[in-house]
Amino acid sequence: MKPSTINKIVNTILLAGVCEIGLVAVPPMVNLTRAAVNPNTKVIEISAKKFEFTPSEITLKKGERAILRLTSADRVHGFFSKELKFDTDIPFGKTTDVAVTPDTVGEFTIICDHYCGTGHGGMKMKVTVVE
Amino acid sequence: MESKFDRRSFLRVTGTALSIGALYSVFPALTRKAGAEGLSRTLAELNGEAPAPFSFIQLSDTHVGFNGPPDPLGTKAFESAVATINGLKNRPELVIVTGDLTHDADSTDEHAKRFKLFKAISSKIGGAQIKVVPGENDAGLDGGDMFREFMGPTHYSFDHRGVHFIALDNVSAGRPVVGAAQIAWMKSDLARFPKTAPIIVFTHRPLFDLKPEWDWSTRDGDDVMNALAPYENVTVLYGHIHRENFHQSGRTKMYAARSLIFAFSDPATAPEKKPLPFDKAHPFKNLGIRRVNGNADGSDLQIEEVELATAEFSGTVGMDQLIKHGNADAQDE
Repeated sequence: MKPSTINKIVNTILLAGVCEIGLVAVPPMVNLTRAAVNPNTKVIEISAKKFEFTPSEITLKKGERAILRLTSADRVHGFFSKELKFDTDIPFGKTTDVAVTPDTVGEFTIICDHYCGTGHGGMKMKVTVVE
Repeated sequence: MESKFDRRSFLRVTGTALSIGALYSVFPALTRKAGAEGLSRTLAELNGEAPAPFSFIQLSDTHVGFNGPPDPLGTKAFESAVATINGLKNRPELVIVTGDLTHDADSTDEHAKRFKLFKAISSKIGGAQIKVVPGENDAGLDGGDMFREFMGPTHYSFDHRGVHFIALDNVSAGRPVVGAAQIAWMKSDLARFPKTAPIIVFTHRPLFDLKPEWDWSTRDGDDVMNALAPYENVTVLYGHIHRENFHQSGRTKMYAARSLIFAFSDPATAPEKKPLPFDKAHPFKNLGIRRVNGNADGSDLQIEEVELATAEFSGTVGMDQLIKHGNADAQDE
């Protein structure tokens, strides 16, 4: 077996491990397909449009896995939080699922980091993580 | 390549607040050091010019077309900056503008008008080269197409008085990134220089995580800084945050400039990013330009923040006229 093939397999296993164990917030690069979501997992739908997220606030439980199901009503938007390790685009016409298992209680801000027009600078939402 | 440069004291940048932006004077130290002749020759061969003291101005975030609140003055601060520069005893040879030349507009026709107005106002700066980079308002929606049409390329480099300037674009991808291709270009561009060459990078967003939750960062800023790390005399000048800020990463010093439209709140103390309220009594408060001065025997670039003149608008009547004109400008253009 070629080393590159072995690397791919190892990466896949590691990636799957992160998804299932959910040590912290799952990096958004590991976006999930809808079929992959466990039916017992909490799913929160978040819609983006110029220049707001709906809902603008959500609450998550520390240590509890959730899926954020992201859609856009108009154009591509960003979905970024350094603290929660979210860094993905929300393309128009497509659903993007992001898994998260927060490990820290507190309030966090998610911003649109894909420039979308004159109100872009104020496009944000709040995530509260509780015990 | 073995450096012939004095490693400690190539470049000193001094700064003064002009209240319109920033005025920089660059005084390469080599010319008065032992071995300076060889150093100058080397840079002259590389740059076409030997290092020499000079000053230049940084303007930022003129947001032409913005029509408050909080700032009802339109282009008045920008116009005052131009007048201030033209009134300086030692006129700068170079003016750099670190992005958000225009305020974004819903229609492309309106946005084009704003670029034209930016060019009309900036062209009144006498006797100076004007070098610009885009901000997200200029290039975030169309990938920089209109910026290129009116202002030229979004990233490039040039040499001035023995200093190598690099204009970096961290906005036109839509997201706050420079991108692998541009970083590779920068590495290639720098490869001909010795590690002690004086380098000034100017860009729009901070190249470090100043406040990511306020969109004050560049996602691959670390990659840019790693590419610059081997070089010993690098200064980064940027805008975007509408206030002064200093940050040092390794040997690289990074300075944010004030805007010419309104200031944002202090990231160290404010719970959220907000424009500071307009102060009618001090209409150009927290705005300004920057002059950079080099020092003949120093080791740092000296930053001089220069305040805007407001005398002509003093008094209630003057302010009312100013506000009226500011609104009219923004709407007409």
